Amino acid sequence: MVSAVLEVSGLACRRGGRRVFDNLSFALTGGELLALTGRNGSGKTTLLRALALLVPSLAGTIRWKGADVHDDRENWRAKLAWLGHQDGLKGDLTAAENILVAQRLRGQPADVDRVAHALSAFDLTALKDRAARTLSAGQRRRVALARVVAAKAPLWLLDEPLNALDAPAQKALNEGLTRHLAEGGLAIAATHAPLDSARILELGA
Amino acid sequence: MGFGALFLRDLRLVWRRPGDVAVVLAFFVVATVLFPLGIGPESNLLARIAAGVLWAAALFASMLSLDRLFAADYEDGALDLLLLAPWPLELAALAKCAAHWVVTGLPLAVLAPLIGGAFGLDDRSLLVLVLTLLVGTPALSLIGGLAAALTLGARRSGALLALLALPLCVPTLIFGASAIEATATGEGFWVHLAILGALALMSLATLPWAIAAALRQAGE
Repeated sequence: MVSAVLEVSGLACRRGGRRVFDNLSFALTGGELLALTGRNGSGKTTLLRALALLVPSLAGTIRWKGADVHDDRENWRAKLAWLGHQDGLKGDLTAAENILVAQRLRGQPADVDRVAHALSAFDLTALKDRAARTLSAGQRRRVALARVVAAKAPLWLLDEPLNALDAPAQKALNEGLTRHLAEGGLAIAATHAPLDSARILELGA
Repeated sequence: MGFGALFLRDLRLVWRRPGDVAVVLAFFVVATVLFPLGIGPESNLLARIAAGVLWAAALFASMLSLDRLFAADYEDGALDLLLLAPWPLELAALAKCAAHWVVTGLPLAVLAPLIGGAFGLDDRSLLVLVLTLLVGTPALSLIGGLAAALTLGARRSGALLALLALPLCVPTLIFGASAIEATATGEGFWVHLAILGALALMSLATLPWAIAAALRQAGE
């Protein structure tokens, strides 16, 4: 039995006085991908935001390698790579600059090779010097995903990562996920479309 | 590390759109030039009101650009990345306000003596004007930053922001303008400047925490 890296137990969240989920528990070991499914409004985004401590949870604990993540929030945030509902790109920066700045904002030195590698994985090399505002929605999503890949974080939290992606980009995401998991990383993705080799947690069921 | 990265990112974003800063500075010039047109060209009167007019116009001009300070990051999702950065959000708030000061407070302080000269202020008063703006405008950026963070996501946030921030800026305005008047009447201006400095330091010591709390609230 491999011990769990991420343990969530009894997590409960309320939004606007409404119960979103109660007593939610799951555990993930290294190399596992958890797909959050469920209808619109079932709390997938809220769960991701609660895991990132962006939204306070009413009850329950989140443990990373046995330690409560509330005890050292900055250390916990350093473990996360975040892809929100919005891409979080600055329109006036180029695709490559967006990723480099994001690396520095995470307190890491800018790693040009890693950024170039992440960009090429999502077929963005030709677009890397274009301002993000001139890119299409799918291209911006790919830049945001390249940012996640370049972040060197053990846990990926992805909100609808397949949004606006065409088939080659979906394939690139699945390959990126597979590589991340093979290196012992973890990922949790809220999604409607199926992801390769994912364990499924259905919310609102 | 993260502080410098955010500060430089915001400066670079402004550099890519210099028009935003130009509008603020143009507003400052136009607003101050309206006073002689409205009141008439009597130079004694203009020299007497110059300090108050320039300071009030600087205050309005710095409010003008504040509503985008956090709203842009809020709308494109970059705020989440700041909230999730593994270093204190208080430093992020400070970095953003510092970048705002460099692109508004600092150019206003450079521009003000040109207009002050046209109002008939003497050289010594112009020097004091620059000094008070340099010392006082950081407080304006921080107070405005708090108002900008508190009004994130609100409808008509620009008007609400000014309504929140302007009363809090009154002490800075009073001591900024009175330092120049004190110089004109031959009193020393150092006391006024020291109080301005104290106000700026007090803002620096408290407001980043308040801004960070407001940003966390907005991120929920």
